[in-house]
Amino acid sequence: MKRVSLVFTLAFAAAFSTQAATAQTLKTVKDRGMLSCGVSQGLPGFSSPDDKGNWTGLDVDVCRAIAAVIFDDPTKVKFVPLSAKDRFTALQSGEIDVLSRNTTWTLSRDTSLGANFTGVTYYDGQGFLVKKSLKVNSALELNSASVCVQTGTTTEQNLADYFKSNNMKYEVIAFGTADEAVKAYESGRCDVFTSDVSQLYAERLKLANPADHAVLPEVISKEPLGPMVRHGDDQWFDLVKWALFAMVDAEELGITQKNVDDMAKSDKPELKRVFGTDGNLGESLGVTKDWVARIVKAVGNYGEAFDRNVGAGSKLGIARGLNQLWNKGGIQYAPPIR
Amino acid sequence: MSIEPRSPPSQFAAKLRHALGGRAGWNGFFVQIVFVAALVWIGYEIVANARTNLEAQRIASGFGFLRNTAGFDVSQNLIPYSGSDTYTRVFFVGLLNTLLVSVIGIFFATLIGFLVALGRLSPNWLLARIAGGYVEAIRNVPLLFQILFWYLAVLGALPNPRQSISLFGSFFLSNRGLVIPRPVGNPGFEPFVIAALVAIVAAVGLWRYARRQLLDSGRVIRIWPYVLGLLIGLPLVSALIFGAPVTFEVPVLRGFNFAGGSRVIPEFVALTLALSTYTAAFIAEIVRAGILSVHKGQMEAGSSLGLQRGSVLRLIVIPQAMRVILPPLTNQYLNLTKNSSLAVAIGYPDLVSVFAGTTLSQTGQAIEIIGITMGVYLLISLVTSAIMSFYGWRIGRSMGG
Repeated sequence: MKRVSLVFTLAFAAAFSTQAATAQTLKTVKDRGMLSCGVSQGLPGFSSPDDKGNWTGLDVDVCRAIAAVIFDDPTKVKFVPLSAKDRFTALQSGEIDVLSRNTTWTLSRDTSLGANFTGVTYYDGQGFLVKKSLKVNSALELNSASVCVQTGTTTEQNLADYFKSNNMKYEVIAFGTADEAVKAYESGRCDVFTSDVSQLYAERLKLANPADHAVLPEVISKEPLGPMVRHGDDQWFDLVKWALFAMVDAEELGITQKNVDDMAKSDKPELKRVFGTDGNLGESLGVTKDWVARIVKAVGNYGEAFDRNVGAGSKLGIARGLNQLWNKGGIQYAPPIR
Repeated sequence: MSIEPRSPPSQFAAKLRHALGGRAGWNGFFVQIVFVAALVWIGYEIVANARTNLEAQRIASGFGFLRNTAGFDVSQNLIPYSGSDTYTRVFFVGLLNTLLVSVIGIFFATLIGFLVALGRLSPNWLLARIAGGYVEAIRNVPLLFQILFWYLAVLGALPNPRQSISLFGSFFLSNRGLVIPRPVGNPGFEPFVIAALVAIVAAVGLWRYARRQLLDSGRVIRIWPYVLGLLIGLPLVSALIFGAPVTFEVPVLRGFNFAGGSRVIPEFVALTLALSTYTAAFIAEIVRAGILSVHKGQMEAGSSLGLQRGSVLRLIVIPQAMRVILPPLTNQYLNLTKNSSLAVAIGYPDLVSVFAGTTLSQTGQAIEIIGITMGVYLLISLVTSAIMSFYGWRIGRSMGG
């Protein structure tokens, strides 16, 4: 009962602390010598442990980037696997410093959880996974279907909205974890498994015969996924926000894991600011001057991290799509480092 | 000279003092008052402080969220529910689902438990071994595995709706559950119900009359032909006059699932099966212990009166055994109710799944929701205990003990 223990931690902290103990996350992390990062319980491409227990994925790389900025060592991260239901309580209770767990940015989450989204790691949308043998080509043909979902996600509400607005009936069966939902889908209890499209591709890999299953073309919602931090510590908020921005800016500036050392010697004023050879932008963030170089050395730029984890260089093979840079047809855009 | 009869010293003040303050008397009473006041104050401070802190962190608090629209659907609802209802209604939908699975689970667990216990005590060697094997096999496997076993291995192996097992072309069993025809009320429905009620009341009256005759004057009256005539005849007459009371809506395969009819979802079946077979193993041992605790002489006395084994058990042994059985039996009922929260693993929409799960993550108000949920389980447990205590009190009274 992880959830209940988290709730007790939160209730206890709220009941007995005499001040909001949220400030100074950076100092707490430094003292601990370790970043505590909330991730999924295993979602290939975003956060999943390999056979040696090393966590990999796009969400994982965001945490590794933050650790690289603070410690110059991307391994100094303790990953805390969380179910969809437990994630916010874990953040509120202080169990984790940052939540990087394919979490959709919505207004209600931004305002009522005592936490802030720092950016968008991945622009996603909700879709449907079906067996090819059903010969369904569109989500609009799903009238009367049984649908498996993971509980505690925005998915359940999107699903209700979509079927209602298209005057279709359906039956929803909600499971505690994605694995249980997928197992029920595979056993034939449901006709459809629905989730964020990226997750559908990831879960499809786990099925016995991935080729027997297809993702329908409809994307029924906007799911901007991003990291979250607690309210009330602006320094930490800035740091997490800019760790991701730096990855995107690095891609835009053409800084890669390979050429980062050469680029650091460049005379271009833009690059000199980024690498801290000119000015002290890093210090105003509360970190060292070479923070961007540390990030790129550790996890590469955004494009590299994307390709390695979810894109062409991975098993998932998801196209960049919306997540391409703004000047290359996508909408990934980071404010300038200056 | 007469001596005034001295009135006995008032015991009231002493009793009151003892009741309120224990051995320490009034001093003890004041200590208790101070202690309770301190507890109340600490409780108040905790709540107030928590509220301030949550507000300072801008975490939403309070119970206003219960009036908001839920916006998600639930697969089994005993009361009408749609996504546009409030979280309050979600709460009741979940609560009723929990109660449904608990009550039905308790019924079957008790039934199976008693049967297994009697089997285990049976002189029949094979029957006793089978019952013993059941108890050992079931109670030593974790409940979650049993739930998953029933759900994935047994019910999951059923065919899909298009190849469902059909009975009379109107009952269908598939991996989407059991679909049965649903009775739909016609205009003749109300007269039919009234006729049936009248018949039942008359039958009960007849039975009581016959019983009194038997007890008072030893006359045996054969009433069953009249009872049968009443119970079948009256509703039949009503149906002939007013038309058929109900027609059945037969389920039809349409699209992916059956349309029409009523459906029992497999999650419910798996959970009920697992909970009742699991708890039955424990109940069987409790019942066995209770029966063994009744002195052997009671059984022999019953037999020597010429009663059969079943009657001896029913009339003599089990009523006495109930005094031993009842307290641990209550425990098992409470366990079953609480164990029903494992439902989320197989997607049965119980209270923990829809309220402490989906609602919690949509609103993020963990403290309030976990608080309400724990309070509800406490309440269900207390009510169950109270009912069982009342039953125990009645048994004790009827036996004069």
